[in-house]
Amino acid sequence: MRMRTIEISVGAFMLAGLLALGFLAIQVSGLSIHDSNRDTYKLYAHFTNASGLAARAKISVAGVVIGRVTAITLDPKDTRAKVEMAIQKNVNFLTNDSIASIQTAGILGEKYISISVGGDPEVLKEGDEITDTQSALVLEDLIGKVLTSIGSKKD
Amino acid sequence: MNWMLNFVQRLGATGIETLGVFGRASLIWWRALWGMPDWRNGPTLLVRQLYFVGVYSLIIIVVSGLFIGMVLALQGYTVLVRFGADQALGQLVSLALIRELGPVVAALLFAGRAGSALTAEIGLMKTTEQLASMAMIGVDPLKRVLRPRLWAGMIAMPVLTQIFNMVAIWGAVAVGVDWLKVDAGSFWANMQSAVQFREDVLNGVIKSIVFGAVVTWIAVFQGYDATPTSEGISAATTRTVVYSSLAILGIDFLLTAVMFGVK
Repeated sequence: MRMRTIEISVGAFMLAGLLALGFLAIQVSGLSIHDSNRDTYKLYAHFTNASGLAARAKISVAGVVIGRVTAITLDPKDTRAKVEMAIQKNVNFLTNDSIASIQTAGILGEKYISISVGGDPEVLKEGDEITDTQSALVLEDLIGKVLTSIGSKKD
Repeated sequence: MNWMLNFVQRLGATGIETLGVFGRASLIWWRALWGMPDWRNGPTLLVRQLYFVGVYSLIIIVVSGLFIGMVLALQGYTVLVRFGADQALGQLVSLALIRELGPVVAALLFAGRAGSALTAEIGLMKTTEQLASMAMIGVDPLKRVLRPRLWAGMIAMPVLTQIFNMVAIWGAVAVGVDWLKVDAGSFWANMQSAVQFREDVLNGVIKSIVFGAVVTWIAVFQGYDATPTSEGISAATTRTVVYSSLAILGIDFLLTAVMFGVK
C-alpha cells in the first residue's frame, strides 16, 4: 500500500479519536469552555446532622444549581458538621440571613443543600458563614418517632 | 522425605523461571524504548504501525461498541423502568462505559485483534532469522522493530477506547431514546450531571494508555521470546491473548481501586 494512503488513514484515525474525546467532554460530561464552576468563593455552614450529604453535592437556590459542597468535616468545638461550599462568583446576592437546609431530591434521591435568600441588605462574602441552618431529615428517626408516639397512645 | 525435596526444588525452579521471564521482558521493554529517538525513520515506522494496529482495529471496535451500548441500554431500561427511574439510563450507561467497560472491552478486543498479530509477526521474523540478519547489518531490531510497535500500542489504545465510548453511547441513545422513548432531555441532562470530565473521562483515558502499553508489551515480548518453530509461534500467540486478557482485568481492578475507590 502506498505511504500516502496509510498516512491519510492514520491521520483520520487520530482525528476520529480526538473527535470522540471532544464528544465525551462536551456532550457527555457537560464540560464547557466558560466553566463558571471555576470562579467560586467559599461559604461555610454548621449542621447538627449532615448524614447523607457528600462532597460534590449540589447547592441550589430556588432549584437552580449555584455551587457544590467541597468538604464536610467535624468541627471539634461543638461537634457539629462543618460544610464547606463553593459558590459561583456571579451569585453575589446571598444575604446574611439566608437559610441553608439539607434536602432530598425525591424520597430516595441524593441529598443537596437548598439556600433560601432572605431580605437583609448585607451580603455573604468569601469565608462567611451561613448561621441559620436546618439539618438533614433522617427518615429512620422520623419513623421511630411515629412508632413510639403510636405506642405511647395505646397505654 | 525425598518427594518433599523434589517438590520444593520444582517450586524453586518455577519461581526462578518466572522471575527470569519478567526480567527478560523488562530488559527488552527498556532497551527498545531507551535512547535517542530516530527522527529520520521513526515517524514513518510509527505511522505504519499505527495503521496496522489502530486503523485495522477500527471495524471490530466500532461494531462491538455499538452493540454493547445497545445491550446496556436495553438491560438497564428493563430494570430501571420497574422503579420508575428510566431517566437515569443515560447516567448508568455513560458511567459504566467511560469508567469500566470502554477501556476494558476495547483492550480485550485489541489484545485479540492486534496483540496476537504482533506476536505472530515478530515470532515469524525471529523464526526466519530476519531479526538476526538485521542485527548482523548493524540495525538494532529492538529499536527498528519493537520500538514503533510499543509506541503505536500506547497511542492507538486511548484513541480506540474513546471511539468505542462514543459509538457505544450513540448505540445507547438509539435504543434508549429513539426506541424505548426515554425522554431525550433528561437522558442527556442526567448523563452530564453524573459524568465528570476529569474524574471519569480522563481517568478512562489513563486506564486505556496503561492497557495499551501492557498489551503491546506482552505481545511484543512473547513474539521476541518465542521458540523459533511453528509450534512455538502458535503457543506464543495463545499466551499473548491469555496473559494480556488476565493482565487487563487484574490491572483494571487495581486502577479502579486507586481512581474511584472509597477514600
